Amino acid sequence: MISIITLISVILLMLGSFFFIAGSIGLNRLPDVYTRLHATTKCDTLGQSLILLGVMMYEGMTFTSLKILIIAGFLLIANPTGAHALAKGAYLSGVIPCENTEPDEYRDLCAEVDDDLAA
Amino acid sequence: MMPGIWQAAILVIAALILAAMIRLFAGPTAPDRVVALDTVNTLTIASMILLGVIYRQLIFVDVAIVYALLSFVGTLYIAKYIGGEL
Repeated sequence: MISIITLISVILLMLGSFFFIAGSIGLNRLPDVYTRLHATTKCDTLGQSLILLGVMMYEGMTFTSLKILIIAGFLLIANPTGAHALAKGAYLSGVIPCENTEPDEYRDLCAEVDDDLAA
Repeated sequence: MMPGIWQAAILVIAALILAAMIRLFAGPTAPDRVVALDTVNTLTIASMILLGVIYRQLIFVDVAIVYALLSFVGTLYIAKYIGGEL
């Protein structure tokens, strides 16, 4: 006999694994570093949160569950921050986006700032 | 109650770590490798928590907290270094 809590936690675990698999496919198949970052960051953040939520529901109301909640909340803040810094660092180091990336707003913004400084 | 499915999830996560390692070795530029490393860190935290809760080794959860903090700081430093801001 499977309790309803275990069933919900297993469903959350499978959903999280699905998002992890989608993120890894995106990491290996997309053309340049910005699209790879886009795929892995969103899929990994959501998959991590779902898996940790499933483990919390399996564990119940204990102190360990509180620790897992702290990790999940921290990763929800930290993962997008790291991805943002990484994208900016990749752009500043001179990695060119693939040719389908048409509106390059950061380049236009930099050109505008340079024009303002020159004037 | 469904004892094998947690171990199966850990096996899936281990296979995904190997898939991210392909990009880590084959990535053409340095930011590609850092993206793959960040993915490996995230997957490692998830597998640590799963292992710790399933096998009742609750010290793994504490280790996962420290690992998450250190991997975040490491990613930020590498990103700043790649961008030439450090």
